[in-house]
Amino acid sequence: MSPAELFSLPFMQRALLAALFTGVAAPAVGTYLVQRRLALMGDGIGHVAVTGVAIGLLTGWSPTWTAVVVATLGAVAIELIRERGHTNGDVALALLFYGGLAGGVLVTGLGNQSAAKLQQYLFGSITTISAGDVVVTLVLAAIVIGVCVGLSPQLFAVAQDPEFARVAGLRVRGYNLLVAVLAAVSVTVAMRTVGLLLVSALMVVPVATSQQLSRSFRTTLGAAMLLGALASVGGLVIAAFASYRATVAPGPTIVLLSLLGFLVTWPVGVWLRHRARLRTPFADEPLGHEVSHDHGPHRHAHGPDCGHVAVPHDDHVDYVHDGHRHAPHDTHYDEH
Amino acid sequence: MSLTHTETCPIRLTDGAVAIAGRPVLRGIELVVGTGEFVALLGANGSGKSTLVRALTGLRPLTRGELLLFGTPLDSFDQWERIGFVPQRSGAASGVPASVREVVSSGRLSRRRLLRPLGAADRRAVDDAIALVGLADRAGDGVGTLSGGQQQRVLIARALAGAPELFFLDEPTAGVDLHHQQVLADALGALKARGSTVVLVAHELGPLAPLVDRAVVMQDGRIAYDGPPVAAPETDDHHHPAPGDVRRRDHVPHVSAPLERDR
Repeated sequence: MSPAELFSLPFMQRALLAALFTGVAAPAVGTYLVQRRLALMGDGIGHVAVTGVAIGLLTGWSPTWTAVVVATLGAVAIELIRERGHTNGDVALALLFYGGLAGGVLVTGLGNQSAAKLQQYLFGSITTISAGDVVVTLVLAAIVIGVCVGLSPQLFAVAQDPEFARVAGLRVRGYNLLVAVLAAVSVTVAMRTVGLLLVSALMVVPVATSQQLSRSFRTTLGAAMLLGALASVGGLVIAAFASYRATVAPGPTIVLLSLLGFLVTWPVGVWLRHRARLRTPFADEPLGHEVSHDHGPHRHAHGPDCGHVAVPHDDHVDYVHDGHRHAPHDTHYDEH
Repeated sequence: MSLTHTETCPIRLTDGAVAIAGRPVLRGIELVVGTGEFVALLGANGSGKSTLVRALTGLRPLTRGELLLFGTPLDSFDQWERIGFVPQRSGAASGVPASVREVVSSGRLSRRRLLRPLGAADRRAVDDAIALVGLADRAGDGVGTLSGGQQQRVLIARALAGAPELFFLDEPTAGVDLHHQQVLADALGALKARGSTVVLVAHELGPLAPLVDRAVVMQDGRIAYDGPPVAAPETDDHHHPAPGDVRRRDHVPHVSAPLERDR
């Protein structure tokens, strides 16, 4: 079969459409998760969604919709635990991870379903997606993309600094729950493409790649969506061509292609950051102090541009002069 | 001081009390701040000055007493565009790069409708705010690449961008070297000159001292002194001995169970 024939097949066209929309939607939500340092939340939701799929297989309802419901409940639970549990949110996440996965495998067994059926959802089976599934995927993905882009100023502010956002009159908890629900929806959307166990990769890796090169949130978000789409469609096409010679699953191909993108941009990012550091007067400063160009008439207060060697010391900077170290502390200098 | 009418003064807190996880942290707080005042909340670590600012901004619920902001009870207050909040610096950087302009732009959110792009007035306000804190040449740079003092100024610019009438600043000079404290003081001086009301928390005033009209000194959760700033030794140039107990005391018991609530 020639490539032209392959791409004219309806199942391949459905798969390409689903891959494109999933590839754009997953990193859009992923950006907000990474911004709140919740990169693994997608993974947690994915594990919980396994139980949802198993319930669908057991009851005969559509696994997509049962997964949406269970994943949303799981995501809201994770968000509430995170909000109230202070630093131990990761423990709660772990509890949900394992509970969801174990529940899913157990329920699948109860329904006498073979593990192979569940595996479709665990690792994706984009080429078996039906026309109805494609419509659902496209609609849900479009909603996720629309909300993530349309509400980006609010979602950005809430993730950046929740306390400031609250004093600005934003409903912080509402927006946090919205992100959790969006994450749950995009997990289930991506479930058929890359599978529940790999879904977090599509949410996080494009973001990690794009932030190697970007300085602003807007470019990070846009580039992540573009990279996600490229990896998703590219991975599917590569898998399709490779399938002439060997059995190549599209899901893992998409994830590995995405990771390859990260590996390529990483050294560039390292070089860019290195160059940015060289612009600062003291190259050995991990705190990243820079010369400020806006000082007024010169008064000799120790500062980054006073000419004395600055040495980071805990939470402040010591200035070395005449053999001892001065640390400005309010109106006086501490000797160190 | 033209609008110090009792009904409309920016802050009126009567008999305020705050408890965190059941432990009383603030009690018997009476605080009225008039329009245009520059108030410094002073006190040792753990004296409750940060908690008071968090209570005044609605971040901490009052367990007793009543708080009126611009004459409106806090529960029904919705004119958030009149309030600017500058939290402690830790919030400036996050997991994804964000440019100075983007962070400052979130200061306009209280004045923007949902799903509307930044208008020309918004852009102008953002540029003005960035220029006022002296970061115009860094507007496109990532916040994470700035120094601590510059990040602090970004947070001040974010509050400025919304053109609020009442500013709350939580320890704006903490961990900032003297040079940058002076730059901060200049930015706050510009605010004061515009007639804004400013309430700031400070451990020591340093270069901010000349701006302060009124000092409120907190001690063990109560107001110990409220009046004009004492001829402050802070303005002298000598070494201060460290306060007796500088260990960090917050009143929150350490919570270790995943489902514990904090209040």
